[in-house]
Amino acid sequence: MRDSLVKSDLVKIKVENLNFYYTGVKVLKNITIEIKKNLVTGIIGPSGCGKSTFLRTLNRMNDVVLGAKAEGKILIDGKNIYALDVDVVAIRRKVGMVFQKSNPFPKSIFDNVAYGLRINGIKDKNYITQKIEKSLQDAALWKEVKDRLNKSAFDLSGGQQQRLCIARALAVEPQVLLMDEPASALDPTATAKIEELIQRLKEKYTIVIVTHNMQQAARISDHTAFFMQGVIIEHGLTKKIFTKPVNKITEDYITGRFG
Amino acid sequence: MNIKYIKANLGFGLLRLCALIVGVIIFAILYDIASKGVGKITWEFLFSMPKNGMTEGGIFPAIIGTIFVTAITALLAIPLGMGCAIYLNEYANDNIITRLIRMSIRNLSGVPSIVYGLFGVVLFVQAMRLGTSVISSGFTLGLMTLPWTVTASEEALKNVPNSYRQGALALGATKWQAIRTNVLPYAVGGMLTGTILGLARAAGETAPILFTGVAFYLPFLPKSLSSQFMALPYHLYIMSTQHHSINQVRPIAYGTALVLVVLVFVMNLFAVILRYRLRKFKRD
Amino acid sequence: MRFKEKVIHSFFFLNGVLVVIILLGIFALLVFTSIPAFKEIRLSQFFFSGIWNPDAYVKPAYGIVSMLVSTFLITFGSLVIAIPLGIGTAAYLSDLASPRVREIAKPIVEILAGIPSVVIGFLGIVVVGPVIAKIFGLHNGLNALNGSVLLAIMALPTIISLSEDALKSVPKSFEQASLALGATHWQTLIKVKIPAAFSGIIAACMLGMGRAVGETMTVLMATGCAPAMPQSFLDSVRTFSSTIAIELGEVPYNTTHYYALFAVGLVLFIITFMINMASDIILHQYRKVTK
Repeated sequence: MRDSLVKSDLVKIKVENLNFYYTGVKVLKNITIEIKKNLVTGIIGPSGCGKSTFLRTLNRMNDVVLGAKAEGKILIDGKNIYALDVDVVAIRRKVGMVFQKSNPFPKSIFDNVAYGLRINGIKDKNYITQKIEKSLQDAALWKEVKDRLNKSAFDLSGGQQQRLCIARALAVEPQVLLMDEPASALDPTATAKIEELIQRLKEKYTIVIVTHNMQQAARISDHTAFFMQGVIIEHGLTKKIFTKPVNKITEDYITGRFG
Repeated sequence: MNIKYIKANLGFGLLRLCALIVGVIIFAILYDIASKGVGKITWEFLFSMPKNGMTEGGIFPAIIGTIFVTAITALLAIPLGMGCAIYLNEYANDNIITRLIRMSIRNLSGVPSIVYGLFGVVLFVQAMRLGTSVISSGFTLGLMTLPWTVTASEEALKNVPNSYRQGALALGATKWQAIRTNVLPYAVGGMLTGTILGLARAAGETAPILFTGVAFYLPFLPKSLSSQFMALPYHLYIMSTQHHSINQVRPIAYGTALVLVVLVFVMNLFAVILRYRLRKFKRD
Repeated sequence: MRFKEKVIHSFFFLNGVLVVIILLGIFALLVFTSIPAFKEIRLSQFFFSGIWNPDAYVKPAYGIVSMLVSTFLITFGSLVIAIPLGIGTAAYLSDLASPRVREIAKPIVEILAGIPSVVIGFLGIVVVGPVIAKIFGLHNGLNALNGSVLLAIMALPTIISLSEDALKSVPKSFEQASLALGATHWQTLIKVKIPAAFSGIIAACMLGMGRAVGETMTVLMATGCAPAMPQSFLDSVRTFSSTIAIELGEVPYNTTHYYALFAVGLVLFIITFMINMASDIILHQYRKVTK
């Protein structure tokens, strides 16, 4: 079954000749990559290689940063999200994001998940309640929190907080889910839960995940892209990258000769 | 051989002396006002009109006037100060206009209060035809308070973690939605705290209201925005320098000084308690 | 939606720019209200004459030199008192005081900053004045010395808290390097920390000075306000700010005297503006260095 998915050919995101600058410094160089629908694409590379920056170009979160500038195209479902007439807000609804450090808002668990719905103008209480249950179930958190939805999100453990952030992202029904080292601050048990969750989520969503943990990339991603100094060194099926890398640098990195 | 240490001890002794002197000054100020003013404080003093050429009676109209004019100050300074802080912290890029705004704020906070008074006379009293009134004085004090409210409000906005903004944006919030729903609710307490501290300073100011609306003596309370008014700081000024029998009214001056200092302290205390409670609330 | 966002952005932008407009507005109004004064007053008289006597029946005089001298005399006096006291206290708080003392001291200094200037002026009349009169055998103690003492008290909180910040932001590594070389704590403070924090301390003193120059109520109440050239600290003085405070209430609007008072305000504005700018620049340099 996994192999059939790996062979999926539907392209969800197509990046063409993307260059990205922070205050004039080029941090992404000529990135071209296709990200397939309903697969997990892992982004690996040494720190400072541009992997997080790349992830943030996919929902234009970099726009917030001063002095950021993008060149080239990123097509999602064939539409360039850097075209002039694009509504950034609509893109971010379509492309959800989970951050490295879980960032629940200082509100109740319920209000955290409801936040995205409410700012999108949804007022129907029944709908919101149902949607929250569904999202929390999808994020494998429902059982743990269903009796204390009105408690502060800060009372949850680190792993629960991160799953809450995933539920919050799912509630607005994105098609793509970006994850920026979502388990880096978590213990092994919590990490395992998140990884399990990612495997289930890909049935509905296209997932791009940045990780510095090689084993994690090997475990959860179908495709892997190896970034270094703002360039994609190698990209392909995870199995192939981790067993028979074409590039010597990739091999060195994966075998832990630098990092 | 030990001259090094003798020197050090002498030096540190000198520093201790400095701190002691400052402490004594502060204590002496508070003690003098409290000890000589407290005997004057009665219900009658606080809640009745001045009588017999202000040689007897209370300071009720001055208390009410100060509260009234401070409320108008707040009305001008709070929204404008918060708006400016929101622009600086949430919207502004680092460009020449932003630097100009920041430079203006720093300079406005250094403009002497009497100069604000002059500005108020020309702009509010004369050009805007508001006359010498509560509203002219309140606006003048409001402008004077503005740089403090901007600085305090910006500080409060800075304390809201960036992850709240980013989290909201990543969920498809527009910039304003993110600010309104996920930044301001957590900053507003801090903004208010800083603003109240600014208002407390405004309440004690005299120079900006001298020519814009404060009155020597009025046997009634201000009725509308265009009335003149009495104010505690000005009343103290009058009682200590301008009154025809200064020595006779000295206890009234002390009582007024004590009420003014207590009013300013209570506002400060209120701000500090507000800050403390909001902090506690956030942890819950 | 995007249009609405743009409108909101513009709204806050205008709100921000308003601050600049207010500063420029103050300057412009002072300039335009001052100009008519110079139809009757010669610039040379205004800037170089020591006689200010606008009420003279035959020949009114409008010279600001005595005010300039008075203002700087009491400012200078206040700094002589406040700078050593303030820096000493700041050094005590940053280097000697236990954390508990510091916790208590901070709000106490803030209390001093919060006392209205009119109250300080009142104490100048009822406490400081009689003391000065007794010590120097004067008829009354309302003079430049009194004003200097009061302004020093008012400048203390600014100088103390900003100097303490400057001392605290000296990197620990400087201090440790000095101590490791065998310097005493005192030598480290005097030879390493204070020089390293110097521009921050200077900026603090300049801000205190700016406040002293522009302060109105205390000097109005406690310095006697005789409009003449002071000869010593025991003379009565009349500053820019107290001249405006005394006379503006009594002159009819839109007379030469009225305009002349705005010209005095303009001079005061420019002086404080320059002091503030200078402290700003010093502070900015200093931040660059410590970064």
